[in-house]
Amino acid sequence: MKNAVVRRLLPLIGLLAFLAIWEAVPRLGLAQRTLLPTPSDLPEAFLRELSNGIWITALGNSLFHYALGLLVGAGCGVGLGILTGMFGVAEGLFAWVSRILRPMPGLAWVPFAILWFGVSEAGAVFIISIGVFWIVYFATFGAIRSVDRDLVEVAQAFGFSSAWERLTKVMLPAATPGILVGLRTALGQAWMSVVAAELFGVSGLGSRMMQASSLLATDIVVVYMLTMAALYGLMDALFMFSQGRLLRWRPS
Amino acid sequence: MSEVTTTSTVIDIQGLNLSFDQDGRKTDVLRGLNLAVGHGEFVAIVGASGVGKSTLLRVLMGLVAPSAGSVRVNPDPSAERPMALVFQDSRLLPWRSVCSNVAFGLEKGSMTRAARRQRAMEALTVVGLADLADRWPWQLSGGQRQRVSLARALAVRPSILLMDEPFSALDVSTREGLQDELIRIWRQTNRTILFVTHDIDEAVYLADRVVALGGKPGEVRAMRHVDVDRPRKRGSAALDDLASEVKADIFGEQARSGDNWVI
Repeated sequence: MKNAVVRRLLPLIGLLAFLAIWEAVPRLGLAQRTLLPTPSDLPEAFLRELSNGIWITALGNSLFHYALGLLVGAGCGVGLGILTGMFGVAEGLFAWVSRILRPMPGLAWVPFAILWFGVSEAGAVFIISIGVFWIVYFATFGAIRSVDRDLVEVAQAFGFSSAWERLTKVMLPAATPGILVGLRTALGQAWMSVVAAELFGVSGLGSRMMQASSLLATDIVVVYMLTMAALYGLMDALFMFSQGRLLRWRPS
Repeated sequence: MSEVTTTSTVIDIQGLNLSFDQDGRKTDVLRGLNLAVGHGEFVAIVGASGVGKSTLLRVLMGLVAPSAGSVRVNPDPSAERPMALVFQDSRLLPWRSVCSNVAFGLEKGSMTRAARRQRAMEALTVVGLADLADRWPWQLSGGQRQRVSLARALAVRPSILLMDEPFSALDVSTREGLQDELIRIWRQTNRTILFVTHDIDEAVYLADRVVALGGKPGEVRAMRHVDVDRPRKRGSAALDDLASEVKADIFGEQARSGDNWVI
């Protein structure tokens, strides 16, 4: 009984200890406060960013890049994954292409993003969607390929014979859990790409961080780092909630 | 027993051959198969596993094309579909509720959502599971799942019900309960049933006529009418004698001495 309570409290104790050590290090003179802001500096920094409207603007921009990049990347990934998963010809045609393009990290596309789109929203969306695309593509391909053939036969036995009917009646619902696993991974990956894409100057959380760091406003940098962590947590929670609704047919 | 006349013949298979290409080698599955099934008849097809019983059903469904011979189906004009198949392992779609699974086949067509649901509920009532309409498949027992699978086939109002060892994965008491229920539903709905099984006792208990398949490739070894009035009594002398004869049809005379009629 007592043990259970202690165990519940352990994460909180750990967090408090972490904050205490963090607070102590600059205060004891072990690090310069300009290079390592203390936790107690943060609320004030956050309020400053909030009151001058920068925080909300940066947040809005980043969320826009994030959502659009996710949509484009996941849309293309699901679409192509279904195509190659269902049709051997498409799989064959794409086999080597994907083997060549896959290992290139999203950031390797930055030079082209700048050349093609300039330092613009479109460039940021492009970089984000590339990272998302591969994750979602391989998840979808695998999920479609491993759909139980017996269930596909059920669709055929009841007269659903076209590829479109097979897809919508059986393959897509059956593959949904697998596709969602990929999407969840992509959700995290996309956040990393957001920061990377914006570090090059497209306005948003990432670019505001770079501005602040060049002015040695490290407390503001930390505010944005925490903002991203909070947003990712929120997205993941929202995702898990909608996944729970979408997959409510599964035994819990 | 009533003779099958040409006017009431719903299934007419003549000289059916079927072979598959496997690893570059041709494998014959069925050879020279003739079978006529009359309207409203309950025909059981028995044979050892691998003799091509399930394949025969898939040929009828049009899921597999015959290599030679003709397959003619003359569905009862009052039916909405020529046939529907009940699989051995219920094969319900796990992401659909029980009711939605039963309505599945109806989505091919122009029925409204409400009409589909109503039809599905009727079919579920026939199999005695209307109470479970909103459950998920994983919440059902094996027997319940197989009833839902039967309801899914009944819902499309087929002329012919094809059943592929539908009760073989169930325990004995569930199986016997479902056998009796199938007979009740068959009489109530006036359908033709083609029932594949490897259980000879099941075949003679249920069917008007038992078709024994044997050999490799599979061919019809014998056909026997079951001239026993319903309700039948399990394990009665008449059914047991017939079961031994069917077993001898399949395996030859020496097999009669065995005491286990399940192949």
